Amino acid sequence: MGDGLMHTLAFYFLAGITLAAATGVVFKRNLVHSAFLLSVTFLGVAGLYMTLEAEFLAAVQALVYSGAVAVLVVIGVMLTQRDDMSKSNPPNKMVVAGASAALAIVGVLVWAVVATPWKTGRGAVVSVADIGRRFLTDFAPPFEAVALLLLAAVIGAVVLFKGGKVQS
Amino acid sequence: MIGLSHYLLVSAALFGLGLFGLLTKRNLIAVLMSIELMLNSVNINLVAFSRYTAADASAGQVFSLFIIAVAAAEVAVGLALAYAIYRGRGTVSVDEIDWLKW
Repeated sequence: MGDGLMHTLAFYFLAGITLAAATGVVFKRNLVHSAFLLSVTFLGVAGLYMTLEAEFLAAVQALVYSGAVAVLVVIGVMLTQRDDMSKSNPPNKMVVAGASAALAIVGVLVWAVVATPWKTGRGAVVSVADIGRRFLTDFAPPFEAVALLLLAAVIGAVVLFKGGKVQS
Repeated sequence: MIGLSHYLLVSAALFGLGLFGLLTKRNLIAVLMSIELMLNSVNINLVAFSRYTAADASAGQVFSLFIIAVAAAEVAVGLALAYAIYRGRGTVSVDEIDWLKW
């Protein structure tokens, strides 16, 4: 995507959707609404990847996050709720402290972003072939480690779900 | 003209929302959702840097893919843990999961 008007409009549209949905995730009192808005947030981020010319990453984001992770979260909500859904996602007693901490960190980040003289240029266009080549050359050891991690996560999740005796 | 800092600011806002949720949510699943928001904001940063700086371009996207894989593993194990705790204790409220409190 170029740097023209379309890019600007697409950026503000997608950023608005992403941040609005993320706000909903955090502030909605109904956990099911939060879970579905989380999916919308992930799709907004996938759109932002498209505006950054990272098409493969956008596809992976839509598949893995908006597909798999969001479905897992919805199943988790379904399995662990008993009472009235409309009060399933309350805030705790730390709202003021949490808001202060979050605002402080955002303040530092915004200051760092604005105050830094970024040397921006135009990165090379990254094709899927480039990513695949990097995975199998420079990043081959972490790639194999991630394969092992996913296997361990799947087996661990199955063992934890299946249960046995949970000591309480 | 949209530049690097626009994406970094969106990412900072998303990170702040995720951090606020992480600190203030009472439901374990909602805490996991907030962590996912924070991981996504980091990914936006990495991809924006790989697009707008002339440094090693594909490394940013490769890092993002690793983060996505780790986040998927994390959410699978996290939800399994939440369900195991729910079965043992009948609750997913982080205020009541306090066995390690001294």
